[in-house]
Amino acid sequence: MPYLDYAASAPLRAEALAAMLPLLERPAANPSSQHRQGRAARAAVETAREQVAALVGAAPAEVVFTSGGTEADNLAVKGAVLARPPEGRHLVCSAVEHHAVLDAAAWAEAEAGARVDPAPVDRLGRVEPDRLAALLQPGRTALVAVMAANNEVGTGQPVAAVADLAHAAGALLLCDAVQAAGLPGVDMARDGIDLLALASHKLGGPTGVGALVVRAGTTLRPLLHGGGQERGLRSGTLPAAALVGFGAAAEAALADRQTNAAATLTTLRTRLLSGLQTLAPGLQVNGDPGAVVAGRGLEVGGAPAPTAAGLPGLLSVRFPGRRAEDLLLLLDRYGVACSAGSACASGAVTPSHVLVAMGRDPGEARETIRFSLGHGSTQADVDETVAAVGQALGVLAPQGAR
Amino acid sequence: MTQVLVAMSGGVDSSVTAALAVEAGWDVTGVHLKLADTPGHLQVQGKGCCTLADADDARRVAGTLGIPFYVWDMAEEFQRAVVDDFAAEYAGGRTPNPCARCNEQVKVVGLLARARALGFDALATGHYARVEDGRLYRGADAAKDQSYVLYMLGPAELERLRLPLGRLTKPEVRAIAARLGLRTAAKPESYDVCFVPDGDTAGWLERRLGPRPGQVVDTAGRVLGHHRGAYRYTVGQRRGLGVAAPTPRYVLRVEPAAGRVVVGERTELAIRTVELERASATDGHGLRPGRAKVRLRAHGTEVACRVVPLNGPAGGGSGPSPSGGARDAPAGRVRLELDEAVDAVAPGQAGVLYDGDLVLGGGTVAATGPMG
Repeated sequence: MPYLDYAASAPLRAEALAAMLPLLERPAANPSSQHRQGRAARAAVETAREQVAALVGAAPAEVVFTSGGTEADNLAVKGAVLARPPEGRHLVCSAVEHHAVLDAAAWAEAEAGARVDPAPVDRLGRVEPDRLAALLQPGRTALVAVMAANNEVGTGQPVAAVADLAHAAGALLLCDAVQAAGLPGVDMARDGIDLLALASHKLGGPTGVGALVVRAGTTLRPLLHGGGQERGLRSGTLPAAALVGFGAAAEAALADRQTNAAATLTTLRTRLLSGLQTLAPGLQVNGDPGAVVAGRGLEVGGAPAPTAAGLPGLLSVRFPGRRAEDLLLLLDRYGVACSAGSACASGAVTPSHVLVAMGRDPGEARETIRFSLGHGSTQADVDETVAAVGQALGVLAPQGAR
Repeated sequence: MTQVLVAMSGGVDSSVTAALAVEAGWDVTGVHLKLADTPGHLQVQGKGCCTLADADDARRVAGTLGIPFYVWDMAEEFQRAVVDDFAAEYAGGRTPNPCARCNEQVKVVGLLARARALGFDALATGHYARVEDGRLYRGADAAKDQSYVLYMLGPAELERLRLPLGRLTKPEVRAIAARLGLRTAAKPESYDVCFVPDGDTAGWLERRLGPRPGQVVDTAGRVLGHHRGAYRYTVGQRRGLGVAAPTPRYVLRVEPAAGRVVVGERTELAIRTVELERASATDGHGLRPGRAKVRLRAHGTEVACRVVPLNGPAGGGSGPSPSGGARDAPAGRVRLELDEAVDAVAPGQAGVLYDGDLVLGGGTVAATGPMG
């Protein structure tokens, strides 16, 4: 049963499970408690903090554990806005940010007097630094949000260039690295990132934990008040077992990066794309998930070479004339797990804001399927997926023919 | 194994439909239609047929039954075919039946076409009606019978439609839901137009169409009062006319072009003929001359009548079209000569013809008249 939906949630890594089990079996202890069990839990959490910090080139003290990527993005956006005086609450967010950023910014606009300007992207979903620069208001812009790589199409962003622009305007740079933290990877120092959002389960850790990495010296207001954990920025008892799993997954993800797992994934993805193109010659690739597939018929409209590394395991494709909903239903019947680019709260496939920002019309956006590979993916997964897509396309008549 | 798609609204009826489909041994897949783009927090809890909570209920029932479940976004189709049509019909002085329209365009015919395209053998829905030997009959529960909103189906659709509730009563359906522990067992009925969750159709139309003030007149043209929009009135309406008169006044006609609402005495409502347009027969051969009973309101009484086709054989259902989605067959038109006078019905409502429990077909009321 091929699972090609890593971008939604990656399977738990064996290392993460093994690291968590002793903590789940041991008597409960609060990492803040002053007894030996508490100290042991705290030590485990601090190891995890070091592992997470190492993944993104940060200091352990900069890691603020949260409940996941959504909370991390919310803390970054709202925390940065609320830390500024009302006249300094201007935000610039790329049009392809995750809703955790866009909707938090919309909240800040509605409830905290912020002003939000969306930064446009090109046909591949790339932020254009020149056009973003024109939106900055030096002294007033509090935060610029540009993700490391997009969760729907895999396009990497010129984060370092945007960071320079943001800093020159006196703004913080928020980089949502929920997808990219493992592969291709991000580096707080190299890329000039002030706030970096992470989610454990996208790395192969458990759901329910994540982190906002806050560069030392950055002022944020907390959203959750209580016991004062995480240096007062995020109160709440630390879930030691889950964080240990997060740390183990981060360490494994870093090892993957160092052993060039990206090349393996890209090879698999190229095989997938080739297979799909044979089945559906009119297929279109959305975005620019990485240079390695260039020359394999990736339709990028004669665009210039990619400027940033995208997600090596992600492939977003449009099957013209085929509704994504219909393809997904059939693929699910055949045991293949993948997804449409976007789903609404009810679970329906909706036109993705990312694809629309890239210039696709809503009808085209509804014909998009996202395949995402990861640490456990095999060539057999890819071949079975291609076979299943072929079967599904055989069932579905082109819509125009009905 | 028969592969069946079940439309699951999140209500008790379609929940039990799915359960009975599983018990029948079919390979069942549930699908919930998202018909509105309204954000969840703006929706009225428990009302209407397309709230987030309803999608969650349907998903939970599917999980309990162990069947695959999907949500399909048909908001555009629904908006275009049902909501826009609803407003346009009122603006044109008619009183539409949005549920019949929805069944025709979205829920049954539209969904059947998609089910077929995906390789399913049949579609099952929770309507209280029966399909036997390819013909459509009333449901066993007279109080719940929904054959009235399915009259437009033809043989191509009926062949592939499964209505597991047709022989059951509502209490029996609730008992099955309770026995199976379905979350929706005690869920209240929804009666209102689902996209007007507060039930205030006049207010909804006014927001959508804007105020269009005009006059309330009697049959001699005398001005009796003023109104905010002719679309707020429907034939037979008595309340809200804003007219002082010694005896109750009723809406006789709505004349949107002139912005006029014509009112009169109850006796003036009496009609003896009805003309149906877009008429079709469930057997696919067109409505034939002869005797039938006609139902002119969803839960109204039926009147014996003579059926007189006006333009040759009326098109039946989608006829032989295998796509099942063709609503563009030649529009049939029939005149019904009623055995006894009834109070007028508004143009736009459905007129459905029965022979006993058998649904012969029907159409949309185009006009009514006093004598044959």
